[in-house]
Amino acid sequence: MDWNLLITQLLNGLQLGLLLFLLASGLTLIFGIMDFINLSHGSFYMIGAYFCGSVVAKSGSFVAGILFGLIGMFAVGALVEWFIARKLYRADHLDHVLVTFGLILIFDTLVHLIWGAAGMAIPLPQVLNGQMTLGDLVFPIYRLLIIFAGLLVAGILFILVTKTRLGMLIRAGASNRTMVEALGININRLFLIVFALGAAMAGLAGMLIAPITEASIGMGNDIIIVAFVVVIVGGIGSVKGAFYAALILGLIDTMSRSYLDALLKLAMPVTYAETAAPALSAMLIYILMAGVLAFRPQGLFPPAGLK
Amino acid sequence: MIGFPQSISGRVYAAILLILAPAPFIFEWINQPFYLDLLSRALILAIAVISLNLILGFGGMISLGHAAYIGIGAYSVGIPAYYDYYNGWLHLALALAVSASFALITGAISLRTKGVYFIMITMAFSQMVYFTFLSLEEYGADDGLVIYSRSEFPQWMTMDGGTSLYYWIFALLLLSLFFTYRLVYSRFGRVIVGAKFNEQRMQALGFNTYRYRLVCYVISAMICSLAGVLLGNFTGFISPDMIGWARSGELIFMVIIGGAGTFFGPLVGTIAFVLLEEFLSLITVYWHLIFGLMLVALVLYGKGGIHGWLSRLDRN
Amino acid sequence: MTEPLLKIHDLNKHFGGIVATDHVNLEVEKGLIHAIIGPNGAGKTTLIAQLSGQIKPDSGDIEFGGHSITGYSVAHRARAGLARSFQITSVVMPMTLLQNVMLAVQGGSGHSFHFWTPVSEDAEMQAAAMASLAEVGLEDRAERIAANVSHGEQRQLEVAMALAMKPRMLLLDEPMAGMGKEEGAMMVEILNRLRGDMTILLVEHDMDAVFSLADKLSVLVNGHIIATDTVENIRSNHEVQKAYLGDGHA
Repeated sequence: MDWNLLITQLLNGLQLGLLLFLLASGLTLIFGIMDFINLSHGSFYMIGAYFCGSVVAKSGSFVAGILFGLIGMFAVGALVEWFIARKLYRADHLDHVLVTFGLILIFDTLVHLIWGAAGMAIPLPQVLNGQMTLGDLVFPIYRLLIIFAGLLVAGILFILVTKTRLGMLIRAGASNRTMVEALGININRLFLIVFALGAAMAGLAGMLIAPITEASIGMGNDIIIVAFVVVIVGGIGSVKGAFYAALILGLIDTMSRSYLDALLKLAMPVTYAETAAPALSAMLIYILMAGVLAFRPQGLFPPAGLK
Repeated sequence: MIGFPQSISGRVYAAILLILAPAPFIFEWINQPFYLDLLSRALILAIAVISLNLILGFGGMISLGHAAYIGIGAYSVGIPAYYDYYNGWLHLALALAVSASFALITGAISLRTKGVYFIMITMAFSQMVYFTFLSLEEYGADDGLVIYSRSEFPQWMTMDGGTSLYYWIFALLLLSLFFTYRLVYSRFGRVIVGAKFNEQRMQALGFNTYRYRLVCYVISAMICSLAGVLLGNFTGFISPDMIGWARSGELIFMVIIGGAGTFFGPLVGTIAFVLLEEFLSLITVYWHLIFGLMLVALVLYGKGGIHGWLSRLDRN
Repeated sequence: MTEPLLKIHDLNKHFGGIVATDHVNLEVEKGLIHAIIGPNGAGKTTLIAQLSGQIKPDSGDIEFGGHSITGYSVAHRARAGLARSFQITSVVMPMTLLQNVMLAVQGGSGHSFHFWTPVSEDAEMQAAAMASLAEVGLEDRAERIAANVSHGEQRQLEVAMALAMKPRMLLLDEPMAGMGKEEGAMMVEILNRLRGDMTILLVEHDMDAVFSLADKLSVLVNGHIIATDTVENIRSNHEVQKAYLGDGHA
């Protein structure tokens, strides 16, 4: 057993899981509270990366890129909520799918118009570029930073949701919207904040991954589907569920890609295993989701109060 | 159906069918073979869209994974062709059998869920198909597979040549239109439509709505696989790209442009979609932007799609 | 005394700590109109839901026509001949009244896996549907869209749909709900005409209607049936008066 590889893969899985969580936590709240399906949530991930990249290119500071990126994404999210999503909360899901599919096309083209068709690399500061060694083990520092940042945001979000008044309203909204309305809360403002916050977190995920993969058009369109899987598996409207589901799916996806063929070779001829393993590992999370939906449709960790 | 239609919408649709019938000869006459390609592609997609409309428009089942059945149909041509089996009946039988089995199994699971869960689970199953073909190195994986020769049929019904293939497409299009028409007005169709609006009531009337929906889902998948068979033959090249979830999103888009739950809506919507795509991409590389804006506007302001618009003309 | 068509044996249902149905025993005789009354929150809705199959009881048995139907689904019970109407109008709103009733005829006549013949060409089915509409006095409304007729007419449509299934028994959940005086009187007349031909279990709030219609009355209080008797005897039953009717009514 190659321990170094195993630990690297575990860290990669954790990193993917936390990025998924940043996307899925906003998605699950928007889904759970507003009952709004936002396919274009992945566009926030992409735009965040481009915002950050532009600021880094101008200022040379990665921290400034993240800060301005977050503010910019909060604004983008608020605009989308204000001009489009708000009008459709009571419409049916088909309308949500169509409108946000349209938004994906719009955002992808706008990015193309503004930043061009080529991807945008985001240089890292020297400090973050190195590697850390611990005995035989080698970790890229930046990946550790992503994990740290992901956990930090998860912690902040957890405190926000469980300890603050806003969080109380969010939780109440996820399980019982009428009650929140009956309390005389300005529901429009609550929705706006949640939507914008979700956009900012999705943007952050994009900013964090871009130095590794570079920002590119359509980068959010694959990962958003996985984020939806996370939301469904975790239970719609549940931030805690999104956290666990994101980590589980992130780890399953990464580990199966590197170890599934070895596992299958134990059970079947080598050539079959080599064909089946990549297919199966790519499908695994969808199989998991189908299983969850078939046997536990409310998700693994549904928010309290939902039946 | 008999007699010249009296309504504006009916006349428009009748005119479209009358223009479509001799289209290859018209294009040959004006020497524009490219238009025949464009129209062939549009009508193939229209068959898929008609099949999606059956479950989405009439049955209220919003599937975000219908492109999977186009893929199954196309690979039912491509994989046998890879082993030099070109018998068209084999391709058709394979496409129908595989799509029916896949729809039966995944539908049986998916239809246990409702609303947004159904959207997501159909998407998940189509992603499984996508990744399966993506990882099949033998059949080209993401590079796709070239089909060197079209499905073989008896001489009088050959697919070879643009015009022959066009009439295959046109015939299957008419068949699927007519079939959905009969289906929707039959006892079975009434149950499907009734369950879309009031499932509780349908169950209280003694209908096991789950079973009716499942059968409808399987029928729709089989029709859609025919579009896949045609598409494989038409392009001569197939790849997992035909199956991605964005393709399924486009199919929904086409249903909605034309008008969901109407007979000619899907045909008109698909033609409009393909022509717009072609036309806009000629003017600007940024045509997706216009497409996106149209989509947003359609949902916010354009209820009922093209059919809704024509029907409003009727009423005035 | 004829053999009862519907027998409920010791039915129980709890929601958490709340007892909704408490050892309910009830027999409905063939050909009678049997009404269940009870104050708000007595568990009438829960009882109906268990009879129609929407909710599974915790324990107990429901026997219909000599067979236990406790394990049957909603659709299966309907096919077995137990037709129901809903307290809150539940019809297919975008369809015409005739189309709605034709669906009910379809539901009452075997499976509907017929894919080819248009329903509109099925003269026999149309005639059956028109007959049911005529039974509730809606024959001249047949081509109207359900969403566009009055509330009272929608309530009548509910009954017509239940009748069109050719059931052995009707389960009517507050058929007069939300009706004006005139519409209510109309409904009483419709149900009166069915007396003798049809077995009806009726849950209703409108006391005047219940007293003029019912052959037999059961009183449900706190999930338990405290009395089952004729209308006259229930009216003079002190326990019932105390628990339910109050001084003003008796």
